[in-house]
Amino acid sequence: MRKLLQPVLAVAFGLALGLGVTRLAGENPWHVLQILWKSAFGSRYDFGMTLFYSTPLIFTGLAVAVPFQAGLFNIGAEGQLTLGALATAAVGAVWPGLPWPLAPALAILAAVTAGTVWGAIPGWLRAKRGSHEVINTIMLNFIAAGLASYVTLYLLKNPDTQNPETRPIGAGYLISQFGIFGGAPVSVALPLAILAAVLVWIFLWRTVIGFEMRAVGQNESAARAAGINTGRMTIIALAVGGGLAGLVGVGEVLGNAGKFRLGFSPEYGFIGIAVALLGRNQPAGVVAAALLFGALHKGTADLDFETEHVTRELSLVLQALIILSVSADGLWSWMKKRSAA
Amino acid sequence: MRVLNRLSILVVVLGISLQSALAEVKVGLVLDLGGKDDKSFNASAYEGATAARKKLGIYLKYVEPSDDNAFEPLLRAFAQKDFDLIIGIGFAQKEAIAKVAAQFPQKHFVVVDSQVDAPNVRSLMFQEHEGGFIVGAIAAMTSQTGKIGYIGGMDVPLIRRFETGYEAGAKKINPQITVIANYVGVTPSAWNNPPRGKELALAQYDAGADVIFAAAGASGFGVFDAAEERKKLAIGVDSNEDWVKPGQILTSMLKRVDLAVFSAIQDAQNGKFTAGLKRFGLADKGVDYSIDQYNEKLLPESVRQRADALKADIIAGKIVVPDYYKK
Amino acid sequence: MAFETPAAVELRGLTKRFGSVIANDGVNLRIQPGTIHGVIGENGAGKSTAMKMLYGIFPPDAGEIIVNSKTCVWESPADAIAAGIGMVHQHFMLAGPYTALDNILLGAEPVRCGVIERKKARTRLEALARQYGLPVDWDSPIEELPVGVQQRVEILKLLYRDAKILILDEPTAVLTPQEANELFRNLKKLRDEGKTIILITHKLKEVMSFTDHVTVFRAGKVTGEMPTSQTNPQELANLMVGRKVVLNINVPPAHTRDELAMEVAALSLAGTVAGSRHKLSDVSFSVKRGEIVGVAGVEGNGQSELLQAILHPREPLCRTSGTVWFLGEDVTHWEARDIRDLGVAMIPEDRQREGLLLERPVSENFLLGLQRSSAFSQGGVLNSRNLLAAATQAEEEYDVRPRDLAIPAGKLSGGNQQKLIVAREFQRKPRLLIAAQPTRGVDVGAIEFIHNRIVRARDEGAGVLLVSFELEDILTLSDRILVMYEGRIAAEFARGQVSEGELGLKMAGS
Repeated sequence: MRKLLQPVLAVAFGLALGLGVTRLAGENPWHVLQILWKSAFGSRYDFGMTLFYSTPLIFTGLAVAVPFQAGLFNIGAEGQLTLGALATAAVGAVWPGLPWPLAPALAILAAVTAGTVWGAIPGWLRAKRGSHEVINTIMLNFIAAGLASYVTLYLLKNPDTQNPETRPIGAGYLISQFGIFGGAPVSVALPLAILAAVLVWIFLWRTVIGFEMRAVGQNESAARAAGINTGRMTIIALAVGGGLAGLVGVGEVLGNAGKFRLGFSPEYGFIGIAVALLGRNQPAGVVAAALLFGALHKGTADLDFETEHVTRELSLVLQALIILSVSADGLWSWMKKRSAA
Repeated sequence: MRVLNRLSILVVVLGISLQSALAEVKVGLVLDLGGKDDKSFNASAYEGATAARKKLGIYLKYVEPSDDNAFEPLLRAFAQKDFDLIIGIGFAQKEAIAKVAAQFPQKHFVVVDSQVDAPNVRSLMFQEHEGGFIVGAIAAMTSQTGKIGYIGGMDVPLIRRFETGYEAGAKKINPQITVIANYVGVTPSAWNNPPRGKELALAQYDAGADVIFAAAGASGFGVFDAAEERKKLAIGVDSNEDWVKPGQILTSMLKRVDLAVFSAIQDAQNGKFTAGLKRFGLADKGVDYSIDQYNEKLLPESVRQRADALKADIIAGKIVVPDYYKK
Repeated sequence: MAFETPAAVELRGLTKRFGSVIANDGVNLRIQPGTIHGVIGENGAGKSTAMKMLYGIFPPDAGEIIVNSKTCVWESPADAIAAGIGMVHQHFMLAGPYTALDNILLGAEPVRCGVIERKKARTRLEALARQYGLPVDWDSPIEELPVGVQQRVEILKLLYRDAKILILDEPTAVLTPQEANELFRNLKKLRDEGKTIILITHKLKEVMSFTDHVTVFRAGKVTGEMPTSQTNPQELANLMVGRKVVLNINVPPAHTRDELAMEVAALSLAGTVAGSRHKLSDVSFSVKRGEIVGVAGVEGNGQSELLQAILHPREPLCRTSGTVWFLGEDVTHWEARDIRDLGVAMIPEDRQREGLLLERPVSENFLLGLQRSSAFSQGGVLNSRNLLAAATQAEEEYDVRPRDLAIPAGKLSGGNQQKLIVAREFQRKPRLLIAAQPTRGVDVGAIEFIHNRIVRARDEGAGVLLVSFELEDILTLSDRILVMYEGRIAAEFARGQVSEGELGLKMAGS
């Protein structure tokens, strides 16, 4: 029960702090809270947009949580999702004529593969060369961004627009959107994300490799002494994380835009760190936290629209305060654990 | 509530008839990701809308989206909220406007820098190449070194269009002139990277350029910094930027998004809103170059006269400026 | 006993609960000034809890702490320190890269006008060191000093802060026999200078040889308090465990088979810095099945490196050259997992670091290393039903307390952690058992148990490689004894061929 209470308190504290700031800006905090609630859950369309933003956050939250269970910090989800989405769009743009369901299957495979490779690289570097995954994943974010720009602008440029985006994918690739959300682009990617969470849970808690991975995260020396190949687990953990991040491309490209757009992600990969932290690196927690952050993203986006004084910047402050209080909470329990040891 | 308050004030104080008060136009403005404080493109749009609120008494609400996927929900929110006219700034909103306009056929939409063919959408496009031509000519007339520079923000056709006009204008004055061109980047972040803008500008000045045209949004501030450091000249874009570094900014190529937005709002208020493409060029002062107290000493009478003569030739069709879009 | 001098420390009815566990239940204890007072008990018996309350680390739920006839309520250790109480923890509280001097000054800097008066402090410390015969190299980084000297620094830190009552928590756990003897000589000197010393330990030998009084803890209560001269090891052991304990197990003669359990030939590991001494040089020996081979030596003479080299021979950081055979197979280039799968069980040197997932439940710790065995997983999916059944049975058989598979391993006492590891490793039906420091930090009852199990494994046909700093382990269990010194095998003896004194000399390199 306490395990559940603590993150909830952290969110409440951050929200209270954020609402306090809106008070300073001259808004009625209660009114702001109502708007947040209404614009995140107020109508089918609003709720749909919340789910739309939550879907990639489930993937990136899991992408951070899985390596975390192995004691690794994946800061590279942003790069992994960029390449996942790029690969998805590239398959769809290069072979536009493929029929359903072969087309989406191939595109999803491409998303997972690209993300997996992009996660496995820092895993391999860590396992074989001992270089730290935090630095390498950050570096790979930059490389992914550059690669995505190059492919988008020079190889697959959409000639019909000035937007930095690839040619549209073939019609056979599009996955269906749910009609009940009033046109919000909630696609089959959402159940796919929830399925991924379930599979991650099974992987972590019910499989040999999941156990070995967690053992490495808990105590690398003990895992090594028990005959577990810790290097291999490092690679697997980051590769699985990367693959999960790559799946963001499914919702974005196949379920929403129908192409790869440079800069489509409002830093899903980094918000994913907060999602994993808040979700205590547990799949169910990640899904719940992703829903919260999705609602927050949607809710704060509308604050600007619905109020006089809350601007886009203030909305970002509100979100940042909640992330801060969530991470401070995570830090706090970590320090408590340290001082107890 | 607000509307009711306004109504009663209008009715009682001004004595205007209830009928005309009810006709108060509600305008929703969805800016581009750059936001209203970019001192350039979005700032110009925001100014136009604000001027309309002051002069025409319309009700204005503006928003700045958080990401690419937020355009559509915001446009839709305006449409659902009984706003009469919804304006989307920037070519990135093209698809979102096309989609929402189709769902709300009774609402009026405006899109800037892009063309949407729909019975309820007005598309505002500017003849950037014409403006570029004039400031290119001014740059060539001012340059002592026979080398001038061009720094674009994001490398997209729209910004290439400025460049082609600029180069043609310069060559018209001095066929031997060299134009060095660079772009800050290929992603939207290129609009907001002053350090990179400055780096490129310093390199161009050091390579011999003595006037640089910065069509780079907020990255242009870096170019202005470099001009100050090297004691050379720069040319601003979109809004009048002459005041930013007085004495270093030769002129600004005006792209009057504010005027275009204002007139669209005015038309909507007067019930004269029309859909379709509206082009703004030199003829209607949709694009122009700036003269004010900050740069008048930099532009001698002879230069101004020559520039105005070129303007007249373009308007009269005697000069055809090459258009990147038609390449 | 009304005529006695007032006690230096008295605990009256001290009670402490942690959740549902009663760590201390009405503990009464008197400690005379100017004595060495042993506090013994099994791990988890409550002796450390009582001492931590005395030192102000946490407050008692009930009861009184009386120091020098005054009832005291501590807010924190700072109050206890101010009252003249000091504690040397089992894990030293030292900052590695700083010098010995800085470590003592940390937190107690003599400051005048914001400037640390190092010179004055140093003069005083040097005087203290002379007075008590505790020489220290003040200017070396503390991490480069031997463990025994680090401990000396900890003690000087207390003396520097004018501690009159010194609590030492398992001080010999990290020391060689020689270092331990020196420590006790110094403690006697301190006592003779009027200090009161409380020695927390579970080693009967230390209590018998070096203390004046002894208090025995069991299950959160005091079960005996007496002058040391009026008791004997057997009585103390019985009081600690609550039943009759066999202190010296009888090891029947080995029925050694000709089959080799393991062999290493010319095993070497170069030093980390070019030109430095080899950490292992040319180590060759073999262990037959049905035989216990003990490796004796002072800590830091290559035992840890030897263990790493035989378990991870393919890793260049563990082995530079040489060959390793297990059960007739050349495993020099094998992965650790495949080596373990041959039937190699391993009780690691440092059980918390190398043997357990402290935050994970007992059941997962039981699984560690066995996760790929067909009993516990099929097709890569864990079989938790089999696991829970086997773990429940093992807890029973190996007497792991409490009988709870869900509590984190870190919450078990040291002895029960070790029993858990033994239970797990014996699940492999070992053909070779590598037992490193199997009784380190383990209480008497568990030592008896573990010794018995090792002998049983031998008698069931396993080869046993026993690496221990405890001469008692080596002398009791080994059929053959190897002595390691500076990375080499310096001597070899058969059972009964060597006395403790002679072995000590070989371990010291002479």
